[in-house]
Amino acid sequence: MFMRFLLLFSRQGKLRLQKWFTPLTDREKKKVIRDMMMLVLARPARSCNFLQWRDLKIVYKRWYASLYFCAGLEDHDNELLALEVLHRYVELLDKYFGNVCELDIIFNFEKAYFILDEFLMEGEILETSKVAVGVSLEEADTLQETMEEYMSKPAY
Amino acid sequence: MPAPIRLRELIRTIRTARTQAEEREMIQKECAAIRSSFREEDNTYRCRNVAKLLYMHMLGYPAHFGQLECLKLIASQKFTDKRIGYLGAMLLLDERQDVHLLMTNCIKNDLNHSTQYVQGLALCTLGCMGSSEMCRDLAGEVEKLLKTSNSYLRKKVTLCAVHVIRKVPELMEMFLPATKNLLSEKNHGVLHTSVVLLTEMCERSPDMLAHFRKLVPQLVRILKNLIMSGYSPEHDVSGISDPFLQVRILRLLRILGKGDDDSSEAMNDILAQVATNTETSKNVGNAILYETVLTIMDIKSESGLRVLAINILGRFLLNNDKNIRYVALTSLLKTVQTDHNAVQRHRSTIVDCLKDLDVSIKRRAMELSFALVNGNNIRGMMKELLYFLDSCDPEFKADCASGVFLAAEKYAPSKRWHIDTIMRVLTTAGSYVRDDSVPNLIQLITNSVEMHAYTVQRLYKALLDDISQQPLVQVASWCIGEYGDLLVSGQCEEEEPIQVTEDEVLDVLEGLLVSNLSTPVTRGYALTAIMKLSTRFTSVNRIKKVVSIYGSSIDVELQQRAVEYNALFKKYDHMRNGFHLSLLMIINFRFFVVLSSFKMVQVCLSCLCVVPILQANDLLDLLGGNDVVPVIQNTVSTKPASAGGELLDLLGDLSLSGIPPMTAYNKNGLKIDFTFERANPNPNIAVITIHASNSTEADMTDFVFQAAVPKTFQLQLLSPSSNVVPALNQGTVTQVIRVLNPQKQQLRMRIKLTYTHKGSAVQDLAEVNNFPPQSWQ
Repeated sequence: MFMRFLLLFSRQGKLRLQKWFTPLTDREKKKVIRDMMMLVLARPARSCNFLQWRDLKIVYKRWYASLYFCAGLEDHDNELLALEVLHRYVELLDKYFGNVCELDIIFNFEKAYFILDEFLMEGEILETSKVAVGVSLEEADTLQETMEEYMSKPAY
Repeated sequence: MPAPIRLRELIRTIRTARTQAEEREMIQKECAAIRSSFREEDNTYRCRNVAKLLYMHMLGYPAHFGQLECLKLIASQKFTDKRIGYLGAMLLLDERQDVHLLMTNCIKNDLNHSTQYVQGLALCTLGCMGSSEMCRDLAGEVEKLLKTSNSYLRKKVTLCAVHVIRKVPELMEMFLPATKNLLSEKNHGVLHTSVVLLTEMCERSPDMLAHFRKLVPQLVRILKNLIMSGYSPEHDVSGISDPFLQVRILRLLRILGKGDDDSSEAMNDILAQVATNTETSKNVGNAILYETVLTIMDIKSESGLRVLAINILGRFLLNNDKNIRYVALTSLLKTVQTDHNAVQRHRSTIVDCLKDLDVSIKRRAMELSFALVNGNNIRGMMKELLYFLDSCDPEFKADCASGVFLAAEKYAPSKRWHIDTIMRVLTTAGSYVRDDSVPNLIQLITNSVEMHAYTVQRLYKALLDDISQQPLVQVASWCIGEYGDLLVSGQCEEEEPIQVTEDEVLDVLEGLLVSNLSTPVTRGYALTAIMKLSTRFTSVNRIKKVVSIYGSSIDVELQQRAVEYNALFKKYDHMRNGFHLSLLMIINFRFFVVLSSFKMVQVCLSCLCVVPILQANDLLDLLGGNDVVPVIQNTVSTKPASAGGELLDLLGDLSLSGIPPMTAYNKNGLKIDFTFERANPNPNIAVITIHASNSTEADMTDFVFQAAVPKTFQLQLLSPSSNVVPALNQGTVTQVIRVLNPQKQQLRMRIKLTYTHKGSAVQDLAEVNNFPPQSWQ
């Protein structure tokens, strides 16, 4: 598979999103998160975006000043493409929220997951067209029952 | 009961907490409210409560009590509920818990729902966390859906099928019919996921691989269209049309072309085209180039194409973008075995990367540099690598030092160069050198006989400068102990001999003993070295004094050695002059120090406890004939067997038990009897004395007895009384074996005998199985 996991966390070490594409126990997940935060947050500013951890390649990128996107890839995967994948996810978030910032992702974390689930599945890319993803999200949102939802004010 | 607070409200509230304790309190309060709401089976606000629970779960708080609620949400008719329910299932449930199986029915129903977005949710969840059981149950539904013409669903089902295959590979056959015409899709999402499915199938089954090879022309055509097509706003990324799909196709081509001439030929042109036409100014173009290079290297491409690929990697190495440099080094590392010469051409660029500021790049460059070292470039490369060793971060030093030692051993142009290189590593990165290098280095030094004087001189000088680096100190002490005579006699030919007196040398060694920087192991080395010098130096009294002081050292190892050495002085002083404590054998990183030449036949057995317990597999190595040549030199003069009496004196604490003796071997006139004793206080140790006698008319000279035992035992072989078995039963050779048998298993032994008889060498192997039960019970 392409990606084993995708994590979003802040510079202060707060987790904002975790997507696991392989089954892991809670303990294993916590260990991975801890290790990723430790490794990535310790990197100097202008390093390359790749590092090796156990048998995985780790690709990470910092966006919006304080939010880190971190993905774990298998050994035969294309790291440069992984950077493009992360970039694409950011673009999708941006398109959906309109000039997205970290707070959007904090307060609307469930939406960040919905967007991700329209873009990636089973560690692979589901849809390569930005437009198509946007359209499906919009349509799905309209199915949410209340008018409030439709106006992007969540019912919950 | 008032309505539970909204999700965003909760998030806002929690974020105002100033301390961890405050946050915990808020969370606990809210969790309690949520729990009671769940108990009341509240349908209206279940969705809201689960959403809040998911937020708290992300902060790290337990949320397992919401698992069943997720299931209830999934079963609801409202889309909002389902959306949160499925998300909750993916976050809170995992396939290890039986609870997740309760979802199966809901998912099955939702797979057949009239709304595609509901179907989509079900597919997504199944594809995300479907266990093998769930996959087995629902594979039929997935297969059915694969036939849909709805592209939104098709792409999701396809990836779901990939998940099913990954979980239950046997079901792969089921999806084969659906793969017909898979590539005639126009929709990129469907096309992309189809290529993923094909890739997965080809990777798992050689039959499938052969079956799908016929798709190569079609794939080539699709790729060509992508490259040649004009601007497509929907799929464009920095001027390149759908790079994700391009890379996936290249990857599938790689798998299909590997090892197959026809397929490889069919894709040659398109690969060349992609390699030369792709825009390289942005990361996305380079991502495609990278994948192309990997494909070219893996298939049976023509040599021109391979050179093109390596040159692309060479260009990557010069790219400003660090990521690209890193990726180039990684790829070159993969290809260096197969295309060594081509990679060698880029050696200077690679070596320059050692000076890169980025840590990841430096590591890759180091690994690649070591892979490129050969007989021709060893001097130049080693210069660069040693410079790197000097200046690199500590995290690299151990690996780099090991790499240098390995490369030096393989390609050293001269012994002097080799020793110099080792010295350089020990002095600059001495504390990072791995522990197992020390014995290796010592063996290397021993073997370079003509360099002994030079080596000991350089090591001595290094010790004067710095005694903090333990591996350096250990090697140096060992050398001084061994070649101290060369040092004081100033015999060095390679460089200017230094003037040093015996006292100065002993000062240095004593300094090591007392220094706080020395580890216990180092102290052991130093003490042994001082002892060895007692036969090479004249100032024996000084050495005697030092040795006796350490007889009461707190360090047990040191104390034991000192006491034994002391005994050598007291009881066997007349023997000591002939002693040359030499290193004779290195087995699996242990030193087997044996007295090699001595005037007296009898060996002080208790003194030789420096001899570590010989492991069974070590001796089996000996018997099996590895590159380690067993050399137990026993150049002793003959001595009557009255030595046996003295032996028993030394072993006076042993009590003879009533175990009957046995004959272990009797062939060609050589008879070997075993007699047994039990060692006090350890009842697990059996002490066997062999008695070898010779009934033929000629002596058996150079007699060597060796033994090996199975892994559950440990064996210690002490020195023999003699290595000549006199003819016509005029005397016996005795030797003591100590066997540790903690598991009280049946004792078995394999013995090897070598001797010279009437001018010809005789060798024999035998199994000894007839041990009396009392010897091992």
